[in-house]
Amino acid sequence: MGGSEEVSSVDLKETELTLGLPGEKSRDSGSSIGVKRGFSDTLDLNLGSACSKGNEFDENEGDNRLKHPGAPGPSPPKAQLVGWPPVRASRKNAVKNSCKYVKVAVDGAPYLRKADLELYSSYQQLLKALEDMFSCFTIRNFFNDGKLLDPVNGSEYVPTYEDKDGDWMMVGDVPWKMFVESCKRIRLMKGSETVGLGTFT
Amino acid sequence: MVLAFPDEVLEHVFSFIETHADRNAVSLVCKSWYEIDRISRKKVFIGNCYAVSPWILIRRFPELRSLEIKGKPHFADFNLVPEGWGGYFQPWIEALANAYPWLEELKLKRMVVTDECLEIIAKTFRNFKVLVLTSCEGFSTDGLAAIASGCRNLRELDLRESEVDDLSGRWLSCFPENCTSLMSLNIACLETEVSISSLESLVGRCPNLKSLRLNRAVPLERLPGLLCRAPHLVEFGTGSYSGEVRSDVFSKLVGAFSSCKELKSLSGFWDAVPAYLPAVYPICSKLTSLNLSYASLQSSDLSKLIGQCPNLQRLWVLDCIEDSGLETLATSCKDLEELRVFPSDPFGAEANVSLTERGLISVSEGCRKLNSVLYFCRQMTNAALNTIARNCPQMIRFRLCILEPHTPDYLTLQPLDNGFGAIVEHCKELRRLSLSGLLTDRVFECIGKYAKKLEMLSVAFAGDSDLGLHHVLSGCESLRKLEIRDSPFGDKALLVNAAKLETMRSLWMSSCSVSLGACKLLSQKMPRLTVEVIDERESPDSKLESALVEKLYAYRTVAGPRSDMPCFVSIMENKNAVRIT
Repeated sequence: MGGSEEVSSVDLKETELTLGLPGEKSRDSGSSIGVKRGFSDTLDLNLGSACSKGNEFDENEGDNRLKHPGAPGPSPPKAQLVGWPPVRASRKNAVKNSCKYVKVAVDGAPYLRKADLELYSSYQQLLKALEDMFSCFTIRNFFNDGKLLDPVNGSEYVPTYEDKDGDWMMVGDVPWKMFVESCKRIRLMKGSETVGLGTFT
Repeated sequence: MVLAFPDEVLEHVFSFIETHADRNAVSLVCKSWYEIDRISRKKVFIGNCYAVSPWILIRRFPELRSLEIKGKPHFADFNLVPEGWGGYFQPWIEALANAYPWLEELKLKRMVVTDECLEIIAKTFRNFKVLVLTSCEGFSTDGLAAIASGCRNLRELDLRESEVDDLSGRWLSCFPENCTSLMSLNIACLETEVSISSLESLVGRCPNLKSLRLNRAVPLERLPGLLCRAPHLVEFGTGSYSGEVRSDVFSKLVGAFSSCKELKSLSGFWDAVPAYLPAVYPICSKLTSLNLSYASLQSSDLSKLIGQCPNLQRLWVLDCIEDSGLETLATSCKDLEELRVFPSDPFGAEANVSLTERGLISVSEGCRKLNSVLYFCRQMTNAALNTIARNCPQMIRFRLCILEPHTPDYLTLQPLDNGFGAIVEHCKELRRLSLSGLLTDRVFECIGKYAKKLEMLSVAFAGDSDLGLHHVLSGCESLRKLEIRDSPFGDKALLVNAAKLETMRSLWMSSCSVSLGACKLLSQKMPRLTVEVIDERESPDSKLESALVEKLYAYRTVAGPRSDMPCFVSIMENKNAVRIT
């Protein structure tokens, strides 16, 4: 085909794409990593041209450069690569990327569980889930009864939670979203121990 | 030797030959067969809209009823193709409107379709039946209104993952009262609310409705009303599957699902709440396809659901299913053929779920019919890939995406060459492969040696030198599409294998080591190849021959270079360009 003599004028070594931190010298390893792209010498790092679209790079990173695994020294801030991982935009939006796992303790149970508060959109749902999780206990569900100040009896558990300030509160006083924001952990207290908590005016 | 059959007989025989590949082969046998195929062909598939022109199509096939066209390259799905690159449907529809008044079907993928295009469709084709727009963009709900009101015999309106300028949901109410022909409606990609009562009325008056996919805005409480009006549904996509848990809503939902005796496929499930999952339990045993990839559920909830679907053939799910859920899948769903596991937190630095190579191994052991895999994970080993390869020699599509580029085998710290090598060696029917992880030229040597039926290969952050690319281009006999990003492949391999590119649909290379000079040479060597250099930063005119190009897209064409390029696309000069006029 005669391809080789046509490209002999091109210094392939210089145009070889390899990876490494800026300024790193060539390494002697199995794969030829560490040689900086010759191209990036001429690269205009201004990515703000009218034609370019949403490149989320650190300005000093320039092109899609990566930290070489195992490189010594502090790693550069992880630049987000365009189009990687290959997930379509419609999928990125559809899934919540936060989760709010809190520990759930039940008085008398030997182990704790974890619940993701983001999965629920109301107290009703949360309490139903907790009932499922700890299926042997009956959880006092204020919302079914509609009475906040019912006297508790010994076999029921009252859901309480520790908030951001470290205080133990009764579940259900604040709007759901505020609760999710501020809840750090949940404790299902034995009904008989909650005497005194219910005395609001 | 001339066949004595009259043309009508041959035409009748040809009418039983259905696939595009077979009809294309028929047309190459001899001149008379070419003619008969030409006159009688009803359906044509165009894999690259720039490979051919509307006029060439119209001149050759005067009797078309159905056309399928693809525009942008695959990597456009991941924002690698800049906005404005091309793929415009406008010139096509203008030509088609004149030539085919009886056109019935249009299926477009990754094309730019404007409201004007949709209006032309609605106005021109009296018998228009099927419109499928996959990953298209450029139109709004106004265009949809035109289709709804203008296409009297519409059977299928499918907007798969298109980007629609969603102005309002009123378009749905434009379907006239006497429209009763709908069989399939997919509006899952739309964001705004449509009038549920209009939807109920539409669904209720279309007795042949088999497939209905709603959008997220349709609340769960309205599902029973819709389902009860469409008892013959085979495919159903819910809207947002969440809400306050109410037993009356729950029991209505159970009843509604149970009344759809033919339901085989479920999807949607946005924001799914575990409490409502049991509503589908009554129909689980009939399900063959389940798409839970928008449902962030815990592994235990997913397992409970999947464990009740013994006839499942296809599962799309998030990695929240975890290894344990995949074990349940492996034990419960012995007929599984396709598995796709998507990342719930693709950009997180650490794993948020316990999904490893073990999950995929379980499925490969338990599901002996598994032939199509898309798996996003954070760790892999050569041993795991070897096991999977041996368990699934019937694999057709294998796409593995290890989230962090260059990740080696986490146990041995070796590249994953060996593992992927095993995949191509044992899976002799493999048609599609996507690579990830730490890979050297060795994996490409294996691919070139063994992957003889491979048609599409996706490469990212892999390889050491041109040799890798050379192995693939010289060895993969069936290769049609090759897409590469961020890999050290360059001029030598391309130029040595230039002729190969004309046997393929297209080649995409971005952030590789291809020089401008090589692109020019390639274009001059291959008259029937269009070589596009895409560079948003500077024009190639100001660059040295040795400067590396940002993106290269090369494809075969009989229509010569296109003329609708934006400023950042340069087509390499080709004085010998073959253009059929």
